[in-house]
Amino acid sequence: MIPTSFDYVAPESLDEAVALLQKHGDDAKVLTGGQSLIPLLRLRLARPGVVVDLRKLSDLGRIESAGEALEIGAAATHAEVMNSAAALEKCPLLSETAGEIGDVQVRNTGTIGGSLVHADPAADWPAAMLALGATMVLSGPQGERAVAAEDFFVGLLESAAQPGEILTGIRVTVPRQPAARAYRKLAQSASGFALAGAAVQLALDGDTIAEARIGITGVAEHAYRPREVEAALTGGALDASSVETACASAAEGVEVLEDIHAGAAYRGHLASVLTKRAVLAAIERAHGHAS
Amino acid sequence: MSGDTSYIGKPVRRKEDRRMIQGLATYVEDVDLPGLHHVAILRSPFAHARIDGIRREAALAFEGVVDVITGEDTTHIGTVPRSTVLPEEVNSPRTPVLAEGKVRFAGEPVAAVVATSKEAARDALELVEVDYDPLPVASEPEAALADGAPVLHEGIDDNLAFDWTLAGGELTWGDARERADRVIEQRLVHQRLAPIAMEPRGVVARFDPGTEETTLWTSTQIPHFVRTFVAIMLSIPETKLRVIAPDVGGGFGSKLNVYREEALLCFLARRTGKPVKWIERRSENFQSTIHGRGQTGDVQVAVTSDGKILGIHYDVLADLGAYHQLLTPAMPAITGLMLSGAYAIPHITIHVRGVFTNRMSTDAYRGAGRPEATYVVERVADLVAAELDMDPVELRQRNFPSEFPYETATGLTYDSGDYVKALNKAIEVGEYAGLRAQQAEARAEGRLVGIGLSSYVEICALGPSSAMPSGGFGWDSATVQVHPTGSVSVLTGVSPHGQGQETSFAQIAADKLGLDLDQVEVKHGDTHAVQYGVGTFGSRGIAVGGVALYRALEQVIDKATRLAAALLETEADQVRFEGGVFHGPDGALAFGEVAFAAHVAKDLPPGFEPGLRATAFYEPENFTFPFGTHLCVVEVDPELGTIDIQRFLAVDDCGKVVNPMLVDGQIHGGIAQGLGQALLERVVYDDAGQLLTGTLMDYAVPKAHQLPRFQTERTETPSPVNPLGAKGVGEAGTIGATPAVVNAVVDALRPLGVRHLDMPLTPDRIWTAIQAAERSKVGAR
Repeated sequence: MIPTSFDYVAPESLDEAVALLQKHGDDAKVLTGGQSLIPLLRLRLARPGVVVDLRKLSDLGRIESAGEALEIGAAATHAEVMNSAAALEKCPLLSETAGEIGDVQVRNTGTIGGSLVHADPAADWPAAMLALGATMVLSGPQGERAVAAEDFFVGLLESAAQPGEILTGIRVTVPRQPAARAYRKLAQSASGFALAGAAVQLALDGDTIAEARIGITGVAEHAYRPREVEAALTGGALDASSVETACASAAEGVEVLEDIHAGAAYRGHLASVLTKRAVLAAIERAHGHAS
Repeated sequence: MSGDTSYIGKPVRRKEDRRMIQGLATYVEDVDLPGLHHVAILRSPFAHARIDGIRREAALAFEGVVDVITGEDTTHIGTVPRSTVLPEEVNSPRTPVLAEGKVRFAGEPVAAVVATSKEAARDALELVEVDYDPLPVASEPEAALADGAPVLHEGIDDNLAFDWTLAGGELTWGDARERADRVIEQRLVHQRLAPIAMEPRGVVARFDPGTEETTLWTSTQIPHFVRTFVAIMLSIPETKLRVIAPDVGGGFGSKLNVYREEALLCFLARRTGKPVKWIERRSENFQSTIHGRGQTGDVQVAVTSDGKILGIHYDVLADLGAYHQLLTPAMPAITGLMLSGAYAIPHITIHVRGVFTNRMSTDAYRGAGRPEATYVVERVADLVAAELDMDPVELRQRNFPSEFPYETATGLTYDSGDYVKALNKAIEVGEYAGLRAQQAEARAEGRLVGIGLSSYVEICALGPSSAMPSGGFGWDSATVQVHPTGSVSVLTGVSPHGQGQETSFAQIAADKLGLDLDQVEVKHGDTHAVQYGVGTFGSRGIAVGGVALYRALEQVIDKATRLAAALLETEADQVRFEGGVFHGPDGALAFGEVAFAAHVAKDLPPGFEPGLRATAFYEPENFTFPFGTHLCVVEVDPELGTIDIQRFLAVDDCGKVVNPMLVDGQIHGGIAQGLGQALLERVVYDDAGQLLTGTLMDYAVPKAHQLPRFQTERTETPSPVNPLGAKGVGEAGTIGATPAVVNAVVDALRPLGVRHLDMPLTPDRIWTAIQAAERSKVGAR
């Protein structure tokens, strides 16, 4: 498990980091927590000439409230997001999702930004980003740009971040209240990644769902929003049978992945079941708090 | 002697844990030598291909590289050995150390690079250019047996290593069928598993040009065999080869083998004049350390309508892989021998075809043929019970043998047992009647709750040399060396690698000699320090190696008693040895005083030999047959297809227990691996012979959070075979657990009409089975 040889640089500033990436282009890889990159290096599936380590950029790890939004530094670890008081208060779906990632070591080391840019089709974060309508902030030679979550995941292991760009932060608007949320996943038994996972963020209005946003991971080449399900839930009742009916089309129109761990029929089915369970769990939890 | 020195039967903490836990253990990876060089091995990316040429110049020119060798350089090295006598007739092609003109599985070693650093060796591997001409692949046994299948080994056109039948019993299969009211049939698949010892394999070799002696450090369960066989492979005298198994981080049978790399590194050390090291990467471990199981069979069972099993007929394809390793063909043979399970069955036939496939070899993995037999018999028991609508407990009780020793239709003699007692304990402790009542309630609510049993028997303490499927070497050895101050070194021929025998053997010695535990040190694994021994496998450590120790201790005590008698001026039969003290009619001497006198030798009687040391070689007169009943309760989530194990109870009987804590540990670990097979684990090759489960991201080793709480109980039926009364416990958990889980899950799905499911019981499989059952119900309406 020995990587090919590479140069290692740990820039002191974001500008320096961007300049390094611009200079080396495809030959450079960004390192933060290393939970995706290091295994790829050791298996020699990634063979960069330069590894640019961002861990000296301490600003990149901050989690801050900014009015009606939450700003999460891309180098914040999963555990830091999970334990952040601001996240728990304003956007508990983040804390819940973080708690489902990998194991303790992975959560203490891996970063939210690293996971998002790696764009593993079965990663947990993309589901939450879609459900929250998060915005990814990228820095590149042309300065900063913002990309909506639904434009960010573009293919298998492919995000909208261009070579030379660094994901610096994630901006999440505090969900419309009264809110309900849940993440439900079935883990692949070897890796702990999602065979399928559904993150749900709801706005409630009495006995109906005023707004529903859902992110589904593990099922397709990249995480997606099941628009039909969202539409069917919106304005709908909170009872189990209405929810179940609304969630039945969670994998419709999607090319469902198939591998040795799960066939396509089963994965598609999981998308519906886990979406349903997440919606019902969110409702139950919200009512539990309300009453 | 002060304190309580009765140690046998006590949960003594492991002596070896301090160094293990504090990171002070020495594994092969920790062996460092001046001028150490590193070896990397180029492995075939193809499952089957001709090698048209290899160019090594670029690799040789790489900075730090001192040597690059290929199969052309190693044709003089003998074949990797196979040591089996069952089945009797086996086609045994040469297993070369490096591929010779052809590769037969993905991962087969093709070339080796020696360099000053492991990085250089790894980098240079990529510069070795191999021209492969890919051949059609026989990716699994049925494909290998098909008309026009690619032939793996020249001269073995049908890809069959053997075609073996064992049939016996008081009835013939024809009679059994004729007398039966029903014959029930089922196909059963024992999927390939990867043993996954936490420490992968590793080898260090050093050649001393002065003494012409090679020292080989290797992560093995059988250092003495490795010495014998590697010496044969290299055509050197055994006296010139020293093998050291330092601390070994688990084996589970995978290190009960002689591997290519062991001979290869000895050869490279001599050829280059440098000490060399190779540490297996996890991905190499998946590709080129043996796999376990790999049988697919059709079972038929002849049964009367009142539930008496009259005969079992089992027709199996064994997926051997591309080459034999040490015990490859013996695995399905052991399955055949054990096919009576815990029952008195008047007829048994097993017909095995051992098939070469373009995959890594299968061989012994925890249980080694017994889990397959137990799974067949215990699934049969539940299939029969379900078909006859009989309670599985009752079905089992009706078929247990009524007296011991019991001779099976396959020719084994079960030494002792009380299968009813173990089963009754399981149903009492598990409150079986209550569980069935709860199940009925759950079913009425439409919930899928299942209860599974497995009453296993297994074969341990391998074993009498005359009856070993490996063809002898059933004995083991021990030396007790008493030092002048009375402390004791035990040199054991077995080779513990996680079992805790530094502790349990010290318990036996301290107990017998009346010493404190810390006065006894157990040494193992160095062929220059320890007399020849056989090794640790087949749950034989205590029941063979421990008995050898017991015999050596008796000899030491006998001699020390004679000396004490002389010193106390009495006769030996007047001396009583108790609590570490020799009591004569008119005085007493502590063990240490006698030990000192034996070495000072000033006051020895005329003709009395100085020193205090004895070596015993113990040959068991029979195998031992541990048994037990495991009980599992599950609930299936029909929407997700997931299984919640609500209860797992193991009642095991391994004879007399030396250290109950170590026994519990063995049972826990064994159950974890048994559950692993039932629920999680599976080696998958695709049709091109490519390994799809080549990392721990895809091969699901059971993790703590995936396992339920285990409740362990015991019954204790001493073995009459040895003076310790011990039977062995290393594999019981794995053997007993797997069918209990599968039986429970099938029981849960029975209301839907499911009668069998193949392992591993993944959520997808469960869900798919439920869907199919519901569809067929709809279809039937």
